[in-house]
Amino acid sequence: MLTGLRRVVKAGFVGFWRNAYVSLASIFVLTVALFVIGATMFLDQLLATSLNTLQSKVDINVYFVPDAPEERIDAIRNAVAALPDVSLVTYTTREEALQQYRDRRQGDEISLQALAELDENPLGANIAIQAQETSQYENIARFLDEQRALEEPQAPVIDVINYAQNKDSIDTLTGIINATERASWIVMGILLIASILITFNTIRLAIYTSREEIAIMRLVGASNMFIRGPFMLQGIMYGFIAGLLALLLFYPLLIWLGPRTETFFEINLFTYYVQNFGDIFGILIGAGVVLGLVSSTLAVARYLRT
Amino acid sequence: MIYFDNVSKLYADGRAAALQEVTFQVAPKEFVSIVGHSGAGKTTLLKMIIAEDQPSHGKVFYESLDIHRIPRTRLPHYRRKIGTVFQDFKLLPHKTAYENVAFAMEANGRSDQEIAENVPQALALVDLDDKAWNFPHELSGGEKQRVAIARAIVNQPDIIIADEPTGNLDPIATYEVVQILRKINDLGTTVIMTTHNKGVIDEIERRVITMDDGRIVRDDATGKYVL
Repeated sequence: MLTGLRRVVKAGFVGFWRNAYVSLASIFVLTVALFVIGATMFLDQLLATSLNTLQSKVDINVYFVPDAPEERIDAIRNAVAALPDVSLVTYTTREEALQQYRDRRQGDEISLQALAELDENPLGANIAIQAQETSQYENIARFLDEQRALEEPQAPVIDVINYAQNKDSIDTLTGIINATERASWIVMGILLIASILITFNTIRLAIYTSREEIAIMRLVGASNMFIRGPFMLQGIMYGFIAGLLALLLFYPLLIWLGPRTETFFEINLFTYYVQNFGDIFGILIGAGVVLGLVSSTLAVARYLRT
Repeated sequence: MIYFDNVSKLYADGRAAALQEVTFQVAPKEFVSIVGHSGAGKTTLLKMIIAEDQPSHGKVFYESLDIHRIPRTRLPHYRRKIGTVFQDFKLLPHKTAYENVAFAMEANGRSDQEIAENVPQALALVDLDDKAWNFPHELSGGEKQRVAIARAIVNQPDIIIADEPTGNLDPIATYEVVQILRKINDLGTTVIMTTHNKGVIDEIERRVITMDDGRIVRDDATGKYVL
């Protein structure tokens, strides 16, 4: 058993070396396939990050009237925070609102003087609400409208809800995000399937050149596993080497691309590559090994059927 | 040892019959030559013995074993009892002469020590010890066929099946190959060989089965080539 395994391993390595051209061609194609898989991963990351950034910039603001009682504000805040769709509620007190106003108008003497003329803070408190998904703003806005409807007309608490103003841009953004995600899934799916098929066919052709040899081995009385073993090992070797090559290819490419993606998408892909090297290594090498192994096993199986 | 019981082989279209009601047997240590025109069914007959082809009717036995009832997983074990030699040599192109012969032993699960002892012996028997490390493309036709014979005998099979072993060889190489096959037969191995070559048959002076159109038309104990 152990002798058999040793012979299979040896035959795998010798075959790999003596069929150098076929091995090189298979490795080359597998490298391209893995490069596509890797690029798909990076693109997906890029897209996810930029969509996240965009999404975090969208929110609904509720402005309270300046003399709204503290406990009413708290009640609304807690009710909103308890909604399952809400991911974050940021509360800004009247004083903080004033301070932010001052900070924003730094150097704008007229506005600041106008503010100083008033003997009391004209600004109300406000809350900024972020949803998990952009499509959920509709529900949150409806909930806030219901809250407002419950108020006594003589003593309103909520002054303005800016969802109506933001609605169009939120809707557009939701549409764009959904469309982009769907399109990217389709493109990635096609690329993945194409690269898997190309790899499979290349290895099938490589083994097609060995079909005579396989027939001879069978005639000499070699068991199926003894024939299949070296080819399976070669498939694994192709995948492993191709995975390493793809990793190597990404290195200079991402050094060059990293700063550019940082300015545009707010993520440095090179930093991402370095930080997640373990995962990327595992995925590329793993995908290569599995692709090579499965392709060669299937390809040999054809010639082992009687 | 080998027994054909009323074997016929029809191909799918139903028109051509490669074998028709063939019945004969081969005793241990016999040297049987099968002659006939191309398409007479010689190769089909040999393929039946190594379970490369299935009969449409009838049975083929190896001793008491029905060859075509051997489960697929056991076929390699059965084939190891038989050494095969072909007109086109069928050597593994990416292996040296030594490795080609050693492969048959490795596939058989022999130990490294046995391989190291028996492969040089087999190559010496076919007079190729000096070309052990050449690849097939570096060998002449006669040398390739001798490697194939060395591979066929290295596991000490009960039978050697040779399909037109001299078909691609010049007269001198033909003579050498026939001498080697006779030597193997003298050492106690059954040999079944097909051939076109009249000179080969006349030289061997052993049993000759003549086939025509899928049937056995003659079976002579010490035959001549009659067609």
